[in-house]
Amino acid sequence: MKRIRALLAKELLLETRQQYSFYGLLLYIGTTLFVLFMAIDQPDAAVWNGLFWVNLLFICINAVAKSFLQESRGRMLYFYTLNNATEFLLAKLLFNALLMILMSSISLLLFTFLLGDPMEQAWPFIGLVLLGGTSLSLVFSFLAAIAAKAQQNAAIMAILGFPVIIPQLVLLMRLSSATFSPLLSVSGSAVGLLIALDALIVLMAVILFPFLWKD
Amino acid sequence: MKKKWWKILSAVLLVYTIVAGLLGPVPALPLLQETIRNLYFHVCMWFAMMILFTVSVVYAIKYLRSLDLRHDIYARQFAVTAMLLGVLGYATGAIWASYTWADPNKPLLNSFSTIARDPKLIGAAIALLVYSAYLILRDAISDIDKRARISAVYNIFAYAILFPAIWILPRILPSLHPGNDGNPALDVKNDISASMRVVFYPAVIGWTLLGVWIATLKIRFQLITDKKLIS
Repeated sequence: MKRIRALLAKELLLETRQQYSFYGLLLYIGTTLFVLFMAIDQPDAAVWNGLFWVNLLFICINAVAKSFLQESRGRMLYFYTLNNATEFLLAKLLFNALLMILMSSISLLLFTFLLGDPMEQAWPFIGLVLLGGTSLSLVFSFLAAIAAKAQQNAAIMAILGFPVIIPQLVLLMRLSSATFSPLLSVSGSAVGLLIALDALIVLMAVILFPFLWKD
Repeated sequence: MKKKWWKILSAVLLVYTIVAGLLGPVPALPLLQETIRNLYFHVCMWFAMMILFTVSVVYAIKYLRSLDLRHDIYARQFAVTAMLLGVLGYATGAIWASYTWADPNKPLLNSFSTIARDPKLIGAAIALLVYSAYLILRDAISDIDKRARISAVYNIFAYAILFPAIWILPRILPSLHPGNDGNPALDVKNDISASMRVVFYPAVIGWTLLGVWIATLKIRFQLITDKKLIS
């Protein structure tokens, strides 16, 4: 636990030292939304929903890609001597989840500001966005580890990740479209399913990561 | 020589499937009519696909436990064969849907967008996409041991995330496909009449055995090609 906290602190420190990546992400969100703003004004709820989740998907790839790609071979060897695989992985997952929660809140704010606000029930939708952002970050963190080990760029992450994330994304989109009407309610069992899938992802990542990082 | 029996069984079962499938008695249901015979091909191929993907994952796990390259070759070839069956299942499903779900008043392609969105078709499409990504990942890594290890990890991870989702998702989303409120494909005991089950089960076994047969041929070829690596 202490070591996870130390690793998390190291990630945060790196983020504040190398702020270009953080501001780069913000700019990425801003410019994407500005392009959307120029392309369409005030889309209807279904289009807004689709655009929002696809946008979140691309933000996630950019946010999470560098988490494992930035670690050089030598540095990985250094971590290998200090920690075990589970602690290292959990710290990364936790940090990426926090980063993605922040980024999805920012993009939600900008979306409502620039493209209109179709939400009839704001709080359930915000909850779904935070949950969805976390799910996306968990899946793509592990795939980033795979991509980094394969010495490939973020493109292979997208190829590996999109098919795997589709079921969750479909579920998130269907659930969030319910919040655009004042009468429908978000099904609790589906939310439970999403949380269970997240738990499964973390479990699989913890089991499989030791095989990845041994070189 | 003594291992030949299951190949003969596979051929016999498939001949039986085709003969009994096309000639045997089927219930005359509205809309489905004689197209119901496609059940022996479309559904059984996807059953076989799921079984072979599972076999592939089992070999991926075996590889990670033993680091024996032979298991990696097994995992890869079973995945490829399962993809072949998946594509065939898609083709037979498309033919079936064009006679049952498609709007006869419109050109066939206009109905495609509604049919392809069906949650049960998404599942099969995603499984094919995942294993295509698996093959691309393999080709992207040049080091043989690393390739085997990383692709085994992806194989297990994708399977573990994907298959629960495929089995659960159709129960939540509305669908045209038979077997709502329950099984993602269909409920064999209740949805299929007794006269059809007589052909259905042998057909599943037959297609699976044929898949295994194709896979073992490919595996043996690969083992000879990589003879120097394995030893």
